Amino acid sequence: MSSIGTGYDLSVTTFSPDGRVFQIEYAAKAVDNSGTVVGIKCKDGIVLGVEKLIPSKMLLAGSNRRIHSVHKHAGMAVAGLAADGRQIVARAKSEATNYERIYGEPIPVKELADRVASYVHLCTLYWWLRPFGCGVILGGYDRDGPQLYMIEPSGVSYRYFGTAIGKGRQAAKTEIEKLKLSDMTCKQGIIEVAKIIYGIHDEAKDKAFELELSWICEDSNRQHQKVIFKHNKTLLILFVWKEINTLF
Amino acid sequence: MAGSYGSTLRYKNVERIKSIGKHTLLGASGEVSDFQEILRYLDELIIYDDMWDDGNSLGPKEVHNYLTRVMYNRRNKFDPLFNSLVVGGVKNGQKYLGMVGMIGTHYEDNHVATGFGNHLARPLMRAEWHEDMSFEEAVKLLEKCLLVLLYRDRSAINKFQIAKITEVGVTISEPYALKTFWGFLAFQNPTKGAEGSW
Repeated sequence: MSSIGTGYDLSVTTFSPDGRVFQIEYAAKAVDNSGTVVGIKCKDGIVLGVEKLIPSKMLLAGSNRRIHSVHKHAGMAVAGLAADGRQIVARAKSEATNYERIYGEPIPVKELADRVASYVHLCTLYWWLRPFGCGVILGGYDRDGPQLYMIEPSGVSYRYFGTAIGKGRQAAKTEIEKLKLSDMTCKQGIIEVAKIIYGIHDEAKDKAFELELSWICEDSNRQHQKVIFKHNKTLLILFVWKEINTLF
Repeated sequence: MAGSYGSTLRYKNVERIKSIGKHTLLGASGEVSDFQEILRYLDELIIYDDMWDDGNSLGPKEVHNYLTRVMYNRRNKFDPLFNSLVVGGVKNGQKYLGMVGMIGTHYEDNHVATGFGNHLARPLMRAEWHEDMSFEEAVKLLEKCLLVLLYRDRSAINKFQIAKITEVGVTISEPYALKTFWGFLAFQNPTKGAEGSW
């Protein structure tokens, strides 16, 4: 009882004397330890990227996906506990279909982010629930254009031009800040995201990883679409492709 | 392409053929609003399937089976959807054509029809259908059937759409009318041979 929590850290429904809810902070900790997730808003769309850490060499490549589609026009990237993330994704999917069933049009991204955030927040309010051990980056495209949101385990959601969560978030954010997002296309953006994720990964120290990428832009018909890479080789091709692009 | 209000031809431009996903065509007779409801169900089905993003997609067989379940389920709630549905499509080189009735009855066949078509069109198709028909031949046969239906079904209107689905994709024709000839002898005195019928 003498360490950090001092008795106030077991319950989600009890504030500590200095006004904190420790369980939520611990949940955030789970997010901070996971592979990095990056999201940026380019001028023509959204790019999501995940450094998916591979716990075992025997896993089938492409399994345990961390980027999911939510309806046609939106996608979610998950950092933290993957299983908790799937719960959030399932909720987001049903909110999106529900909205369309009632209003006959795709759910606006802001509305979707708000609804998902409410759900995440709900799980911090009752003693018989625990907060989600994951943060999500939600990207979408609606009549107001591309939008990017991040939802934290506490249930707050903010809109961003670019953001990152997970282990390498600090480094990733500094890299994102250097980008000129307002006049970058998704085609350029996806390379930058791949570069950032490769850049922050320490080959010697960190576990092996798989790069997961997706985008929503004009090229993908304003629909969320995964972008498949056969790892390093493809990235190399991408760099070459970028060089070619700069030539013309 | 009629949508009737009782026996009034209320709507004369109702599209009753729609494409479902990438490999399927759906045609319907019966209650238009129920058909629209079915299209909503299918939209959701396709969206949920697409969200897996696993490179798989639902084919005509799956859509047909889904519809049999929906129709039968609704009849068990004593709240059936008042439609007969025709489902056709091609996926992975497999042709598929089936039909679902409003209480969930279903079958596959080489040619299908709903409503009056079962009595007036299918005999013609049984006689003339063959496995290696060309698209032009098929259209010709369908138009022959539709013409008979137009002549014999009081509530039919002369406005049709024909749709084609192949491995390449879907094309649904613009609405068009068939050329009619009402001077047949059989049309002159319809009660002849049915004395006292009306």
